[in-house]
Amino acid sequence: MISARPLQLRSSYDVLVVGAGPAGMAAALGAREAGAERVLMVDREPETGGILNQCIHNGFGLHHFKEELSGPEYAQRFLEQVLERDVDVLTDAYVLDIDGDRRTALMSPEHGVREVAARAVVLAMGARERTRGAVRIPGQRPAGVMTAGFAQKLVNQAGYLPGRRVVVLGSGDIGLIMARRLVLEGAEVLGVFEILPHVNGLSRNVVQCLQDFDIPLHLSTTVTRIHGRERVERVSVAPVDEAFRPLPERGWEVPCDTLLLSIGLIPENELSRRLRLRLDPVTTGPVVTSGMETSRDGVFACGNVVHIHDLVDYVTEESLLAGRSAGAFALGTPAAADNVRLVPGENVHSCVPHTITTDREHVVYLRVSRSLKPCTLRLGDVYERPLRYVVPGETVTLKVRPRFLEAFHGDTLRVEVVPREEGTA
Amino acid sequence: MSARGDRSEYLCIGCPLGCRLEVEEDATGGVEVRGNSCKRGLEFARQEHSDPRRMVATTVRVEGGRWARLPVRTREAVPKAEVLALCRALHALTLTAPVAMGTVVLTDALGTGVDVVASRDMPRLA
Repeated sequence: MISARPLQLRSSYDVLVVGAGPAGMAAALGAREAGAERVLMVDREPETGGILNQCIHNGFGLHHFKEELSGPEYAQRFLEQVLERDVDVLTDAYVLDIDGDRRTALMSPEHGVREVAARAVVLAMGARERTRGAVRIPGQRPAGVMTAGFAQKLVNQAGYLPGRRVVVLGSGDIGLIMARRLVLEGAEVLGVFEILPHVNGLSRNVVQCLQDFDIPLHLSTTVTRIHGRERVERVSVAPVDEAFRPLPERGWEVPCDTLLLSIGLIPENELSRRLRLRLDPVTTGPVVTSGMETSRDGVFACGNVVHIHDLVDYVTEESLLAGRSAGAFALGTPAAADNVRLVPGENVHSCVPHTITTDREHVVYLRVSRSLKPCTLRLGDVYERPLRYVVPGETVTLKVRPRFLEAFHGDTLRVEVVPREEGTA
Repeated sequence: MSARGDRSEYLCIGCPLGCRLEVEEDATGGVEVRGNSCKRGLEFARQEHSDPRRMVATTVRVEGGRWARLPVRTREAVPKAEVLALCRALHALTLTAPVAMGTVVLTDALGTGVDVVASRDMPRLA
């Protein structure tokens, strides 16, 4: 059994990490690895691990640990390492504000309101779920409408069943996984409705979570109205046309007591905005360098606060890097500035980091706008690689090696994912 | 049964490509797999056709812990047909915190030979 030690909170740290989910824990480890002595990790929950604690299903760690773990197991392995490396862990605590000199105001029942100075800060606050307001579903406002992740917390940690007859709107992975969880807990799941013509989550989750339990999946169909005065009584659903306009004459009603929403995540950037960081309008997270540094010196960011990841293993890799950069900055040995800007081109929705160097290897994470197969991933005119397929729901990773850029002397590279040209294999 | 033998379709769960797999059994009991793009797909189709199995992750009631539920999982995959019955058997249990990660909470679940273990530490709430 592992537990955090009692904490003597210092007034200054080399590196302060905001958030103790998978991103924060990896960043703290990265900072220690880089030689930072005093590292503090702060989280508002009573324990570290973030969203992993409620993701009790398997499938985590295939890349990082080379074995398949549950979310809580993945979190616990990281906490063990964090405690071994003498990182100070402060839970039940809230970061109120950070100023441009990286002075942080935090609040906890144990320490009251305290100011802590840090040579470097890592933002690892994660994301929040989009709610009913984000998609403006008409109708009444009864109890029983909630996000899939909140339902996951109720079921897996608090031990409450959110309802007996459940409809899921949105086919993100959390929605698919919760459809299965609710069936395993004795509820009836009447269907998953997705406005897009394709599933948002992984196909393995369609098989394991829906097909295994005969849960109907309705593509190009959405919830058009919520009915019920005190509690959800039924929802209206209807197919949509190519412009996503509902066709009510072809719609029907589904009696139910609960509507779960699995309609996407939004990076949580209140602190980033207080720091007036430059934000990417597409990802809504901070613009970051190849070392995951934001537009403000000594302020780094990683994990879902920067862009939404589909695998926790990618969060871990990116956050180890952010932590190492923050550690190096704190020790007064920051990496050299980036000299090449990456620009999303055809069929690239977003790419992170936003800049790279020509002298080191970098991993760039891309999201595409539309599905293609087979296709070509192209980096300016210096590099291209064939891909079997791309889908908007899955991150494409691009390793940029220094040798690609040996003959490159510009300062901007366009990243594109284009259909494979005729006649090529 | 048609002269061509029994045909079944599966969606591969090996990677996000989601290949549509077709398994055809011939008269001698051999199987032919079509639609896979890799070796893992071939193996998945054979396993899914002859003996579909799933890992099970659910929760068990726990008293005196930080949370009211302890996440548990099977050490290995169990036959797909046993998944719901296994969850029901686990719902009948009540544990008392503290519980350490890896503790066996149900041995040889439903005679499958597979143990169910705690998938985290559950500290006692002070």
